[in-house]
Amino acid sequence: MKTISGLKYGYLLLGASIVAMGLAGAASAAEQITFVSQGGAYQQAQTVAILDPSAKKLGITINQDSIPDAWPAIKTQVGSGKPIWDVVDTPTGYCLRGGEQGLMEKLDFSKIPNAAAMPEAYRSPYSVSYEFYSSVLAFSQKTFPKDAPNSWADFWDVKKFPGRRALRNHPIATLEAALMADGVAPDKLYPLDVDRAFKKLEEIKPNITVWWTSGAQSAQLLNDGEVDMEMAWNGRVSAVAKEGAKVAFTYNQGILQSTSLCILKGAPNMDTAVKFLNEAVDPVHQANLPLHIDYGPGNPKAFETNVIKAERAAQLPSEPANAAKQALMSYAWWSSPQGEAAEKRWAAFMQK
Amino acid sequence: MLALVSPALLVILALIVLPVGWLVWQSIYHDGFTLENYRRIVTEDIYWRSFALTFEISLLVTVLALLLGYPVAYLANAVPRGWSVLILALVVLPFWTSVLVRAYAWLALLQRTGVINQFLRYLDVIGEPLALVHNTFGTVVATVHILLPFMVLPLYATMQKIPGDLMQAGASLGAGPTHAFLRIFLPLSLPGVLAGCTMVFVLCLGFYITPELLGGGRTVMVSMLVSRNVELYNQFGAASAVAVVLLLSVLAIFFVVSRFISLDRVLGQK
Repeated sequence: MKTISGLKYGYLLLGASIVAMGLAGAASAAEQITFVSQGGAYQQAQTVAILDPSAKKLGITINQDSIPDAWPAIKTQVGSGKPIWDVVDTPTGYCLRGGEQGLMEKLDFSKIPNAAAMPEAYRSPYSVSYEFYSSVLAFSQKTFPKDAPNSWADFWDVKKFPGRRALRNHPIATLEAALMADGVAPDKLYPLDVDRAFKKLEEIKPNITVWWTSGAQSAQLLNDGEVDMEMAWNGRVSAVAKEGAKVAFTYNQGILQSTSLCILKGAPNMDTAVKFLNEAVDPVHQANLPLHIDYGPGNPKAFETNVIKAERAAQLPSEPANAAKQALMSYAWWSSPQGEAAEKRWAAFMQK
Repeated sequence: MLALVSPALLVILALIVLPVGWLVWQSIYHDGFTLENYRRIVTEDIYWRSFALTFEISLLVTVLALLLGYPVAYLANAVPRGWSVLILALVVLPFWTSVLVRAYAWLALLQRTGVINQFLRYLDVIGEPLALVHNTFGTVVATVHILLPFMVLPLYATMQKIPGDLMQAGASLGAGPTHAFLRIFLPLSLPGVLAGCTMVFVLCLGFYITPELLGGGRTVMVSMLVSRNVELYNQFGAASAVAVVLLLSVLAIFFVVSRFISLDRVLGQK
C-alpha cells in the first residue's frame, strides 16, 4: 500500500514538473531581462513601485538579483565577455567609470524618451538617474532645541555650536561640505578646489569625534546621542527620528546624490533592457517609489504627476524646492583623474 | 598513511594554498608583471604609518593580555580542579559570542552615554564624559578582551606541566614564595608566555572589525587598508600586495619564534 501511494506521489511529482517546465518555457519565450539592485528594503520598495508595474506594462519578465556592491561583479562579468546581468542600479559614479572603462553600453536616448526629457544633469551618455538621496547635516534636537546648525559653516563653527561631531570617513560629499563651509556656493563647487577643501577639513578635524564608515553606524551615533551633529544620509536620519529619537536634519546645503541605471556592455537582452530603462524612469512609476521608502525619484517629472502628496514631497531630497537648496553631486568630476586623486589623498589625510 | 591524509591535504590545497597563490599572483600581475603595488607600499608613508600603528597596537595588546592573563592562568592552575574548570569556562565563554556583538557591547559600555560614563557621572567623579571609545584606547580595550583566551589557555597548559614538587623543593631549601616563583615557576612557564604572546600578537595584526567599529576612523590598521585599497584602486592587486606583506610579517614572526620554542607549542598543545 505504501509503495503504491509512493508511486502515485512520484507520478504526481513528474506531472507537476512537466507542467512547471512548460510554464518556464512559456516565460522564457516572452522577453526578459535580469535587473540588479542593492537588495533589502530598498529593492522591495522598487519591486512594488517600479519593477512589477513595468514588467506588467511591457509584458516582460524581470529577473531580479541583488548585491551590495555591484562593481567587482560588473568587472568580472563584462571581462568574461558573457555578462549575465542586463540592467544595474548602482551609484552613478560606477556607471560613469564603467562607461569610461568600456564596461557599460552607450545609451541611445532617442529610444529612451522618458530619460531624454529629464534635465541633462540627471543623465550621462551611459546612465539615467534612478533615485536620489542626500548627504545632509543632521543634529540632535536635545542639544539644539532651537537655533540648530543650518549650514556647513555652522557645522564648522565650534564656538557658536559647541558639541560633538561626526563626518563620513570618505571624501565624497565631505569635500563638498568643506568647500561650502568655506563659502563656496552650492552651484559653484565643481571642479572642486581639493587643496582648499582639505585645508578646511584640517580645521575641523580636531573636533570630529567619529569618522563613520557605514550608514548603520551614523544612525547609531545619532540615536545614542554619541554625537550632537553629523553628516548622514537623509533616509538614515528619518529612520532614527521615526523610532522616536529627538533628531532632525536640514536639506540646506545637502549634497544630492543618486544611483543610476546603466546597461552592461554586451548585455544578453539588449533591446528589452533599453525598453525597460525607459519604463523604469517613467514619471508615474518614479512617483510611486517615495510612497514606499525615503528616497526621491530620479525623474523630477514625478513631482508633476500628483501621485506624491505635497506634504510627502516636501520630505524628499529631490523635490524641486529641496533640490534647489542643495548641491547636485558631479559624478563626472569624481570619476575624473582629479576626483580619483582626491579620493587617494583621503587616506593620507585621515592618518596624519 | 598518504590515503588517510590526502582528503585533508586536498582541503588545504583548495582552501589555503590556491587562494594564497592567487593573492600573490594578483599583487604582481595586472596587464603584465608589475611591482607597482609594492612600490606604493614602500614609497607612500600612509602604508608605513599603518604598519607601524598595527605593530604598536599589537604589542600593547599583547603586553596587556599577558599582564591580565598570567594571574588568571596562575590561579586556575593553583586552585582545586573544580574551581579551575569554572575559571577556564569563564575565560572561554566570550569565545561563543561573535566579535561583532562584543564590539557593540563595548560601545554600549564605553561611549559618551554608555554605562561607564553614566555611572561615573552619577557618582560625580567626572563632570564631562570621558573619551573612552572612538579612539585607540577603545580599540585596545576591546581587542585585549577578545584575545585574552588565546593568552590564558597556552599559559595554563604550560603551567599544568610544571611539577608542584619543584616549588616545594625550593621552599625546603629556604626559598620564600616570591623567590621560588621568580626562580622556579616563572622560568618554567616562559614557553607558555612565548606561545600565548605569539598567538595574541599575530591574531591582533589582522584585526579588522574591532578597530573599524571602535577606532572612530582614526585607528587605521593594516587590515583596514586592505579593504580600502579594493575600493580605492578598483582592482584587487593593490589590496593583495598589502595582504601579502602582512602575511610575510606573520611568517617572519613564526620563524623567529620557532628558533626559541617548537611551533607545536604555539599552535597546539603537546
